[in-house]
Amino acid sequence: MTIPVSWYLVLAAVLFGIGAFGVLTRRSALIMFMCIELMLNAVNLTFVTFARTLSDIGGQTTVFFIMVVAAAEVTVGLGIVVAVFRRRASTSVDELSELQG
Amino acid sequence: MNSLAPFIMILPLLGFVTVLVGGRRLGERGVGIVATGAVGLSFVAAVASFVVLLHDANREVTVTLFTWFTVDTLHVPAAVLVDPLSITMCLFVTGISTLIHLYSTAYMAGEKDYRKFFLYLNLFVFSMLTLVLANNLVLTFVGWEGVGVCSYWLVSFYFDRDAAASAGKKAFVYNRVGDIGLLIAMFLLFTHTHTLNYLGVFSATSMLSPTVATLVVLALLLAATGKSAQIPLFNWLPDAMEGPTPVSALIHAATMVTAGVYLLVRMSPVLALSSSGRLTIAIIGGLTAFVAATIATAQKDIKKVLAFSTVSQIGYMVLAVGVGAYGAAIFLMVSHAFFKALLFLGSGSVIHSLGGEQDMRRMGGLARWLPLTFPTFLIGWLTISGVPPFAGFWSKGDVLTNVFAHNKPLWVLGVVTAVLTAYYMSRLFILTFRGHERFREVTHHHDPHESPLVMTAPLVILAGLSVVGGLLDLPWAHGFSLTHFLSPTFGFVAPTAVQSTALQTGLAIVDIAAAAIGLFAAFTIWRSTVESATFEKAFFERVWRWDDAYDALLGRPLTRVAHVSSEVVEDRVIDAAVEGLGGSVRRSGEGIRKLQSGLVRQYALAMVLGVTVIVVYLVGRVR
Repeated sequence: MTIPVSWYLVLAAVLFGIGAFGVLTRRSALIMFMCIELMLNAVNLTFVTFARTLSDIGGQTTVFFIMVVAAAEVTVGLGIVVAVFRRRASTSVDELSELQG
Repeated sequence: MNSLAPFIMILPLLGFVTVLVGGRRLGERGVGIVATGAVGLSFVAAVASFVVLLHDANREVTVTLFTWFTVDTLHVPAAVLVDPLSITMCLFVTGISTLIHLYSTAYMAGEKDYRKFFLYLNLFVFSMLTLVLANNLVLTFVGWEGVGVCSYWLVSFYFDRDAAASAGKKAFVYNRVGDIGLLIAMFLLFTHTHTLNYLGVFSATSMLSPTVATLVVLALLLAATGKSAQIPLFNWLPDAMEGPTPVSALIHAATMVTAGVYLLVRMSPVLALSSSGRLTIAIIGGLTAFVAATIATAQKDIKKVLAFSTVSQIGYMVLAVGVGAYGAAIFLMVSHAFFKALLFLGSGSVIHSLGGEQDMRRMGGLARWLPLTFPTFLIGWLTISGVPPFAGFWSKGDVLTNVFAHNKPLWVLGVVTAVLTAYYMSRLFILTFRGHERFREVTHHHDPHESPLVMTAPLVILAGLSVVGGLLDLPWAHGFSLTHFLSPTFGFVAPTAVQSTALQTGLAIVDIAAAAIGLFAAFTIWRSTVESATFEKAFFERVWRWDDAYDALLGRPLTRVAHVSSEVVEDRVIDAAVEGLGGSVRRSGEGIRKLQSGLVRQYALAMVLGVTVIVVYLVGRVR
């Protein structure tokens, strides 16, 4: 028995929603990163789903790009978080509001 | 071919460049030698070209150096036109300039800006020669402007003095007004004849309608009034006395002020087309001669008297041009160059001997102290007063005879001016050289000293020229006169009214009588007094209130306009608009910057909301 496409999509939407909710509500930079990863992977899931369904290799190719970019982003981002943590002993993004207008 | 002619104008330029590049290495002596030598050689070149021209059947030689520029049909070469008129101008311009340069080497000795002075002087002569020799109006305009800017530099040579600085500015601004006239004349001529080459214009005069011709003549007259200091633009010349005395001599005798008259004479074929234009010229000239002479009677500064005297004499020249007596105008110009250079350099020698004093009320009795300046000045005085047999008698007589033939009222004005001329020059002479010695306070009770030989030698030469200058154009020497030599250049020679010898003699007697009356009046009035309340009318002394009138008519209204512009237009319109725009941008920025809170989660929320809106919109469109 095959699992219907809509299940994958619903799962991806739920994952994306959880991620977005996390980004909007959590203060810790680390958690926000995890949530962003969640959102990215939710998108990846949709790409793969449609690639399979439509027999189009383009979607899967894009996923690889996204993974590479996400890895790079995490590296840089975590580097920043570590640097900030060293200075302030906190990873709360709400405290990092010096660049306000 | 007359290939020497370009050197007349190139040599002073070479002198200028040498002094410019040579810099301090030349030393004061070297600068003097180079500058004077350059102009001297230029004079030699002028004499050589003159001799070549005399032996040339063709007396209109154009020597093209290079093409300056070509725009569509306008072709402007850097070329010189050698003809009797330009070569006559060159001869006396370079000759007088050489003497003035020589004089300046001593007069300016020890000045801080000695080198700069000679730089300007050489450039001045170069500009004047460019103006005179150019074969087209564009190149003449270059010289015209060059003369203007050099006069500005030289008049405000002592620019640390306020009076000198503003006199320079005044000269420049007045000249600019005249320049507009020359430009307009050029535009009109090019529109109608499609060329600015002199010979081209003259051969195309048939394309000028009477109205256009009159407009051109009036525009040229405006140009001439600016450069030659005629009514209504004459005020700058007396103020130009703020420059060093050799500069005054150069401006008044050789360069600059003769340029306007030269331009009118050069354009004589165009002048021939407009009798109303010529009448205007004659009236302007006659009025200027008279007005300036009245002003000269009341001046206290020795150089100011001479300055107004120049304005008056140039007025005679313009009057002569107006009645078509171009030969007489040039004759007077040449002899005036002799005696006015003599008078200016003589007055410079007087001023030099008194350590810079220019007020005639603090002179007097100088005759016995200045053994060379005194007799030469005496000759200059008699020459300008029109006493025979000196040059002034013949040249002024020539002008007045021609005016008599064409316009009786202007002739009367001319004769009255002649009386005034003799009067104010005698007044100057008496106050300076005769009477009590009133200078002791100025010289700290030292005796005045005669100037060195380099200063007095030019005086002697010029005095000699003033004595014999009349030989250039004696009334009975028809074949060998200046007028005869020049006449091929003039497109239109006024039909010389049949003037019997008796009439000529009668007019000459009138001239002599005029001079005698002036001399007699001056000697009666100024024999004993220094101040005469009745004759030193404030009206004359204040230049007929001419400057005041300009101030009231132009200066003050324009100042008021400027005030309105600066206080109302600038503050309340322009500033308000600019500052209002800036202010509104600033205020909106103040409001919008609050959005930039620095809270990452807010930005994220904004993004989510934005994406949501887009998604909703897209989904809505799909349906």
